[in-house]
Order: sequence, then structure tokens, then C-alpha cells
Amino acid sequence: MLGAGIIKGMAETARNFIGSYTEANLLVTVEYPEQRLPLKESMRNFPFLVFDGEDWQKGLRCVACQICEKECPPQCIFITKDAAKKPDYMGKLQFQPKVFDIDTSVCMSCQICVEVCPFEAIKMDTEFELSTDNRFGDLLLNKEQLARSNEHYHKIHPTEATEVDERLAGEKAKAEAKAKAAVAAAAAKPVLPPKPTAQ
Amino acid sequence: MFEAIDQIFVALKHWVVGQFPAAWQPLGSVFLSIIPILAVFPLLFAITTIVERKTLGRIQNRLGPNRVGPFGLLQPVADGLKSLTKEDIVPYAADQVVHFLAPIALIVPVLLAFSVLPVGRNMVPIDLDAGLLFFFAVGAGSELAVFMAGWSSRNKYSLLGAMRAIAQMVSYELPLILSSVTVVMLVGSLSTVKIVEAQGEAYGWLLKWHVFTPWGLAGFLLFMIAAAAESNRTPFDIPEGESEIIAGYLVEYSGFKFALFFLGEYLGLFAVSSLAITLFLGGWHAPFSFLEWIPSYLWFFGKLSAFIMLFIWLRGTLPRLRMDQLMNLAWKFMLPMCLINIVVAAMWHFTAHWQFVGAVLCRWLLCGAAIGVPYLWLGDALFGEKKLAKRTYRFAD
Repeated sequence: MLGAGIIKGMAETARNFIGSYTEANLLVTVEYPEQRLPLKESMRNFPFLVFDGEDWQKGLRCVACQICEKECPPQCIFITKDAAKKPDYMGKLQFQPKVFDIDTSVCMSCQICVEVCPFEAIKMDTEFELSTDNRFGDLLLNKEQLARSNEHYHKIHPTEATEVDERLAGEKAKAEAKAKAAVAAAAAKPVLPPKPTAQ
Repeated sequence: MFEAIDQIFVALKHWVVGQFPAAWQPLGSVFLSIIPILAVFPLLFAITTIVERKTLGRIQNRLGPNRVGPFGLLQPVADGLKSLTKEDIVPYAADQVVHFLAPIALIVPVLLAFSVLPVGRNMVPIDLDAGLLFFFAVGAGSELAVFMAGWSSRNKYSLLGAMRAIAQMVSYELPLILSSVTVVMLVGSLSTVKIVEAQGEAYGWLLKWHVFTPWGLAGFLLFMIAAAAESNRTPFDIPEGESEIIAGYLVEYSGFKFALFFLGEYLGLFAVSSLAITLFLGGWHAPFSFLEWIPSYLWFFGKLSAFIMLFIWLRGTLPRLRMDQLMNLAWKFMLPMCLINIVVAAMWHFTAHWQFVGAVLCRWLLCGAAIGVPYLWLGDALFGEKKLAKRTYRFAD
């Protein structure tokens, strides 16, 4: 019958109208600045530098190897090495970055810097409210602005951060065992020829 | 007591006019009739814009505007200020004078149309003997304004929009007038006041609204369809057709001229809804005689609000018609149905003297069949599912 479809359609819209007051799934709006959806763990935006401990200057994992600078496709990372060396998390002496800048107006969030970093020093952040009224200066982030604690990393990407921590702890344990074995071997040398000890 | 509340605005006007010197009283009276129209209906327009956006939002599972003021209720103020402060751009190649006059030419006839609409008991600016004729005559002026806008902008989209608008409005003017002719036939007057009075009598406690008769119901539905088309509301908003011709004849309008067009369109909607109320829904009368104590103007504006909500609801439901569908509906369906409805109204009138038991039921069945059977048949023939035979292939099997 002519007009039956209109009645059916109007019933449907009325159901949605009333449902928007009574049913949660019929009102999908999230009022963004006041309400926020939890961010997905897989979300990534711009890179940050991880540091361990309390002091970002002491704990920075970056050793200024410049691999990320070379690999960065849009060339948004600028690193200058510091002359002085500092011990890293394994106690090895390493260079430090004197300058570490990322131009977020150039960065394309490809995560290649994270993939290539052998020191787990650079990771992707989830912060996205980065707008400024200054077109150039405020989007060029320096070392201090980029530094985030390992706790922050755990908060935004818990699974990934736990894996990274386990790997680092494993490497550290391995290195310590090696060092201990070397010490033991050195001590035992005059008496017996070196035996392969359990690592 | 109820009488006094019902007539409070009338009494107020008489009192104010009485304060004028005698020579100025006619002018004062005219003035006091115009001011409420200019105040109330644009205010209703402002309320309608926010209500419409909110309701459409809810229909589409959104919240709608809620940033300006509590619950976004001050949104019309923000919109008005925005359109006032926006630059008024007139295209270089446009016909400057006509381009300027078009929004005014749209507003003026629409406002004139309100002058014959009774919004309450004794509340009509002028009680013309040919009120209905006057309404349609000035209502037709809006077509000229739309064409002025489309032509003077010198823009192909504007012209296409104006062309569509003219085709649509001229086509639907006919069903609009033919469906109201039935009322004129049965009431025997073109005066809107008389038409409302004729619906004031009661069968028992139910009032004699025209919509409670078979011809009135059919005429009301036909009138509503034509009214939606006349006021360019969805599903008949093809003159604007955002997805096809951007905004039709409004393309080259900005700032307050655009707002004036919007105002004109909504005022047109209010006017034609008010006319539907006047013709079929008993004007300012209550539906039941025991509810007559509620002031008449409240009934009128309550009905008008219901109409506005209905149009918003329709807008949230129906997609836009295509041009050929629009024309088919007007000429192949609406026009024959209106002509049949006139015959049905005559049947209702000439069977009015039937006195035997069950006469009313008999009249209802007779008239209902006379309008219902053509409706079903025409609807099926024009818009029903096409029964396609199974396609056979001669060579490709």
C-alpha cells in the first residue's frame, strides 16, 4: 500500500529518537574535551626518549648512536654527540646525546626509529593534543621535552614495556654472569686450566 | 474567568488603542495587530531552529548543539549574531538590485499571509471575506522571490535550483488549493474566521473538525503533502538539494540575506501549517467540548508546535525525491486524488439528510470507499512493486 513505507520509516526514526534518551548504544556521541575514550594500546603518535629512574638526565637510555637519525625517512631527528661518556644501564661507558631534537611538524609517525634502536631508548608516545600557536618553535621538541620515564612507557603500552624490561633484565643478567665468570676464571687461572663454567 | 484569560490579548489591545487620540486609533490598531506577528513568529522560528537541530541529532543518535548556553538553548542567538556579522558577498556579475530585493520579496508575502490566520478567538488581524483566496494569492508571491534569487545570482546552480523550485511550487499549488476547495464547498465561505467557526459545533463531546470526516481526512493528508512541497521541506527539498546543486537558489547568498531566506522559508512553513490547522483541525478550537476552557491561542500554538515537530520528524525520516518522482506524484497522484476528494465532499454533503439507523456509518463506508479504492489502486499502479516476468534468453542458455 502506498504510504506504508513512510509509516515504517517514521516508526524507526521515532524508536531511535526515544532510544537516544533511554539506551546507551543509541547515543554514540563522546563529548571529547570533557569525556575521553581510553586510548588503545596500539596507538602511536610521536616518539619520546625513555629514561630509567628519577632523573631524566642521568637515566636517559639514548647513547647517541645516531642510527635513528640516519634511518628517519623524513629526516626529522637531529642528534649531536656529547664528548663525555657516561655508564649505561649495563655499566658500560657510552656517549650521551648533547642535542636530541625531533621536529614533530615533519615526523610522519612511522615508528622506524623505534624499530632500529638497539638500546630500547626511543618509543612512540600516545599524546596527541600538541597544537600550539607557534608554527615552528613549539613543534621542535628538545631532549628535555622528549624525555619520559619508563613508568610512563608502562602506563601507555604495558605489554610492550614489560617485554622490553624483561629483555633488558635478561641481557643485564647475562652480562653480569659473564663478568662474574670472567672474574672467577681469572682467579682460578694460576691453579687450574680454565674450565667451561655454566653461564 | 476563563473567558477573561481567553480574551486577555484582545482586551489588552482594546485598552492600548483606547489610550490613543481618536484620530490615531485606526493606525494604532493596525500597528498593534502587526507587532505581535512580527514578534511571535520570528521568535518561533528561532526556537524551531534549535529544536530541529536537537531532534534531528537525536534521530541520528547524536546530541545536537549543546555548547551555547544551558543545553545549547542560546544557539539561535549565536547563529543570528554570526549571520549579522558575516560579510555580505554579492557576485560581481549578479543583478545587484534583484539580488538585494529577493530575500525581502520572500519575507513580505509570507508575513502578509499571517494577516488572515485566526490564532485565537477574536484574534485575527483582518477578517477578510476572501481570506483563503488572499492567503493563496500572497503565498504565490514567494515563487517570484525564489526565481528572482536564482536568476539574479548568475550562477548555474542558482538557476537550476530556481527552475526546480518553480516547477515544484507551481505543480503543488494545484493540489494545495484543490484540497482546500472541499472545505470552502462545505463551509460555504472563503473567510478563515467563518471556517473556524463552522468547526466549533459539536457532535456530543467531539467537535466537528473537518478532519473527522472522510473527505476532511483525505483532504488534510493531501494538503499536508502539498504544504511540505510548497514550503520546500524534505522530502521535497529538491530546490535546495545540497548533494546535487549545493544549495540551489541560495548559493550566492551569505550573511543576513541568507538568514532572511531561512526565516522566510520557516515562516512559510508556519503559515501553511496554520492554514492546515484552520482548514481541517478546527483552528483554535479544542478537540473535545469539555476542553474548551483552555485558552484558544494555546490550542492554536500547541497544534502549530505539533505540526512543526511532525515536519522535523518527516525531515529526519524521508530521503529527497527525484525530480521525475516529484512531478509524477503531483500530476499523476495528487491531482486525481484531489479531484476525487471534491466529489467525495459533495457526496458527504448530499447524504447529510440521511436519518435512518446507522446512517453515519453508511456515509462513512460510502465516502471512505470512494476515496480509499482510488487511493489503493492509484498507489499500486504508480508506485507499487513492478511485477517482472522471468527473463528468458533465446541464445545464451
